[in-house]
Amino acid sequence: MIRGLLMCAALAVTSAACAPAAAAGPTTVEIVLRHSHFEPATITVPAGVPVTFVLKNLDPIAHEWMVGDESFHQRHRTGTEAVHDTRPNEVSVPALSERRTVLTFATPAVLSYICHLPGHEQYGMSGQLTIR
Amino acid sequence: MRRWLIALPLALISVLASAVPALACAGLIGPNGNIKVTRTTTLAGYHDGVEHYVTSFSFEGGGAAFGSLIPLPGVPTKVERGGAWTLQRLIRETEPIATAAPFRNALSATGQKAEVLLTARIDALDITVIRGGGAAVGEWARDHGFSLSPDAPEILDFYADRSPIFLAAVFDGVAATQRGQRIGDGTPVHLTIPVAEPWVPLRILTLGKQPADRVDADVFLLTDRRPALLPNVPSSGLQLLADTSANARLLNDLRSDVGMSWVPTSAWLTKIRIGSRAADLRYDLAIDPTGVATPSRVAAGLVAPGPALPKLPSVPDGLRLDLIAAAGVMVAGWVAVARIITLRRRPV
Repeated sequence: MIRGLLMCAALAVTSAACAPAAAAGPTTVEIVLRHSHFEPATITVPAGVPVTFVLKNLDPIAHEWMVGDESFHQRHRTGTEAVHDTRPNEVSVPALSERRTVLTFATPAVLSYICHLPGHEQYGMSGQLTIR
Repeated sequence: MRRWLIALPLALISVLASAVPALACAGLIGPNGNIKVTRTTTLAGYHDGVEHYVTSFSFEGGGAAFGSLIPLPGVPTKVERGGAWTLQRLIRETEPIATAAPFRNALSATGQKAEVLLTARIDALDITVIRGGGAAVGEWARDHGFSLSPDAPEILDFYADRSPIFLAAVFDGVAATQRGQRIGDGTPVHLTIPVAEPWVPLRILTLGKQPADRVDADVFLLTDRRPALLPNVPSSGLQLLADTSANARLLNDLRSDVGMSWVPTSAWLTKIRIGSRAADLRYDLAIDPTGVATPSRVAAGLVAPGPALPKLPSVPDGLRLDLIAAAGVMVAGWVAVARIITLRRRPV
């Protein structure tokens, strides 16, 4: 709960009411999860419009796609939730599967997306999301 | 493709466990739990186009559950219990006991399911030979209790793209206990595998390790002639500890073990010690048993599989050193002992 509130400073779940004028940029982004890495590892999306993220896990192991700022990630490095399926910026992606999530980022920011399964971040499973 | 059988080669591999963690171990959360395989010693020999692969799994009883996943160069035609002393005899040959012991001188498309080719039960060890791409094999392993480390998908692809054959070995802890097996007791397994170009997987030993972790292993080769190797030995991370004609006593001892009648009457013994950072060990050991040609760079994992590569000029004198930075990731699968760490989901 608290985590969700804190995240609102950087991003907001799809909400047309709070969306400012949209900047140019993709509104659908495909991210491939392969060999325990994100492809691409750097993404730029517009602020103020819904962005659909298509997460394709080609690995035979589970991954997760967690988007937020450093304090968000620091909490998740020692978190206790087994599965993420209730917040659009926290997505568990089972092995060899695809998940979609829609996010609207209210303001420009630079966030990270990381897989917080044990050892995955250390292995290089992280990326940077720039909102303009 | 050059066939090696004209040289009647025999290769031996002995992979010895490092202190932590043991080599050749694969993480497993099995139905019986509390099983751990900590050490695998392996012998692979060649004769008339057939590989004889002997390995041993040590039962360690309590603690976390473990199994082993081993890439193979081909489909075994036979899986049986191995001889009792072959592996120990080979170790003694190059690590003699100081107190003058008697032996002193002596498919790979994602989405396809892995195919189970063969199953066997040897003592308390359940053996399954499977064929499939990296994703399919990983999925199979996961479905059968293995928990794969984050580097597993890439490494499974590394092998599966060249030889999509893997062997999974799992101890039945209940059966082992009922058999009276104690911690440290080994179960030797002998595989008979028709195979073409031989190579020894080394990168598999990094599975589940952190980049700075050490990989320590000993690899024994016994070939008809002094082999050519790629990467060459010695080189960074690879020491040459034995490079000599195998003596008759050793060969006789090996030949006298169960299932070892194929051992030739003369052979060349090579012992290689691997001591490397996991991050640096991104290649395998390709072997030309004839010693007169250059081993395949593809088999060594230095280049990815693709269109046929031209053969490099032969260099007849000695072992070759060509330790190129391993830009290529794909590698042929011959035999390997895989360690897959137990990866319990840490809730976040």
